[in-house]
Amino acid sequence: MTMTPSDRAERELKNLEAVAGNGLLHRRAFLRGGAALAGAMTGYTLVPSASGQQLADDAWSLVPGVTVPDYGTRSRFEKNVVRTLSNPKGEPRTQHARTPHHLLNGTFTPNGLHFVISHAGDPDIDPDKHRLVIHGLVKQPLVFTLDALARYPMVSRMAFVECGGNSAPLFSLEPIQASVQALHGLVSCAEWTGVPLSTLLDEAGIDPKAKWIVVEGGDPPHVSRSVPLAKAMDDAMIALYQNGERIMPGNGYPMRLLLPGWEGNMNTKWVRRIQLTEGPGMTFYEARTYAPVLPGGKAYRFYFIQEVKSFITHPSPGLALKGPGFYEISGIAYSGTGRIAKVMVSADGGKSWAQAALQQPVLNKAFTRFRVPWRWDGGPAVLQSRAWDEAGYEQPTRAQLVAARGETTRVPAVTGFPSQHYNAVTSWSIERGGEVKHVYA
Amino acid sequence: MYTRSLLGFAVTLTLALSARVAFAQTPNLGKPISPADIAAWDINVLPDGSGLPPGSGTPADGARIYAAKCSACHGPEGKGGVNGRLVGGDPIKIIDAEKTIANFWPFATTLFDYIRRAMPWPKPRSLTNEEVYALTAYILSLNKLIGENDAMNAQTLPKVRMPNQDGFIVRFPDRTP
Repeated sequence: MTMTPSDRAERELKNLEAVAGNGLLHRRAFLRGGAALAGAMTGYTLVPSASGQQLADDAWSLVPGVTVPDYGTRSRFEKNVVRTLSNPKGEPRTQHARTPHHLLNGTFTPNGLHFVISHAGDPDIDPDKHRLVIHGLVKQPLVFTLDALARYPMVSRMAFVECGGNSAPLFSLEPIQASVQALHGLVSCAEWTGVPLSTLLDEAGIDPKAKWIVVEGGDPPHVSRSVPLAKAMDDAMIALYQNGERIMPGNGYPMRLLLPGWEGNMNTKWVRRIQLTEGPGMTFYEARTYAPVLPGGKAYRFYFIQEVKSFITHPSPGLALKGPGFYEISGIAYSGTGRIAKVMVSADGGKSWAQAALQQPVLNKAFTRFRVPWRWDGGPAVLQSRAWDEAGYEQPTRAQLVAARGETTRVPAVTGFPSQHYNAVTSWSIERGGEVKHVYA
Repeated sequence: MYTRSLLGFAVTLTLALSARVAFAQTPNLGKPISPADIAAWDINVLPDGSGLPPGSGTPADGARIYAAKCSACHGPEGKGGVNGRLVGGDPIKIIDAEKTIANFWPFATTLFDYIRRAMPWPKPRSLTNEEVYALTAYILSLNKLIGENDAMNAQTLPKVRMPNQDGFIVRFPDRTP
């Protein structure tokens, strides 16, 4: 009897050893299983079938296509891949636009889908009239035009930017049923290009008494934050480009402060002024807003670092599984304290774990895509991911985080911010029909 | 739950320093600017009062300005409306408590700084320094943090003690100078 390709695939699948409960396979199962396995795992049947459709030339291949536009946009069939807006009618308050992680793949966020928080809309800044001033405890206060900065030696780096309030709905005492976009959509990753801030501060001449910078934007609320000078001299950048083009208006056009790995609100957009000071300004956003309250009533001050975190994007709520069989579990991991060292994935609510493959290159303070092959048997499963970084930090479980940071006393609005800096494990439950739900496990 | 790699930190620091040496010769394309030319933007106020401008305002002055320019969003007498209330607030016991000026804000100077840079929301930077002092005095007085006849100015404002001044823990003491 001759073996068909599908027979071979079936046999190799049966021989594959699950490395953790509920069907998690070795992260290199694709490579070990060979082409037949790869075919089976992507869901295509290899059995010659009478139901197969006879191919014919498609209409779009028989006439000339549309004229190439001067600025490209995605296919009209992708029009549903959009950010979700908190104030779609421009209501007069802070606006949020969240990244649709479940509809993207890879590691960087397209510019039109990068998350935005604007406290009074995006200012319409004329780049020729914009100025950046450095003053305070310096030998010589300086003013820079965009033209001047564009002549400086530049650096490029991938970096995630995450709102300090991202994932805040997970502080809820009960799991809120919402998409990964609603729960984790206030983080994005881009390649930023610009001038190291240390170069500009050195040119102004730093007074030895200076220990902080107070940074201000040119937006209507003139959002300001204090940053330790040590961070400013380490890896801070005045960014001019985002994924190769000028920064988007919502992300700080024509220039923003980039503080890799630190709280999004500190990465001052539309940056226009940097004052060197001995102490922090205790501005509204650091004194009041980004000061998460702890159980008992005290609050953290200067919660600058976005700590190690991961979440599964595929599958996730809204992306139902279409029957038992093979799927790739994938998601995003990142840390404000270095490169991702390891991501473990569980399909049985944390009882057993499989190590995920990390998409190379794994970059410092940037998104790392992780992937694990999985055979779903159609039964209940709870998917989790947990990340570690090169500095030795581990992503806490939800129980660990709640023990230290507390949870809410009532279910908050999904767009609300009952606290900040949630970086614990997220759990997705796979229901019998393939629906994905947010659970605590 | 957390550990710290000193080695990783040292390596990062070394790389950062050597990168800076490589750029020792920099373009110097910034133009010198005088304090007088920065003045219109020089609006930071720090907790010790540095940055506070000349001028003064009383709660009574502030009440009139508030009614005209603030109550549409924050409600009459700071009781809240489209936007958050500016008066009252129970002591904070739970993580999702409402943070108010009286129960949370650690420094009175933040009030002056924020009103001057961001308020009123539809027309920021439209208030005079005298008006900002008066509004600051009015809101502090509504919260009974100063007397109803106390004027706020560069000398008095930094001395206002806020109830929750000591309610904070620095999250990363090893990383904050």
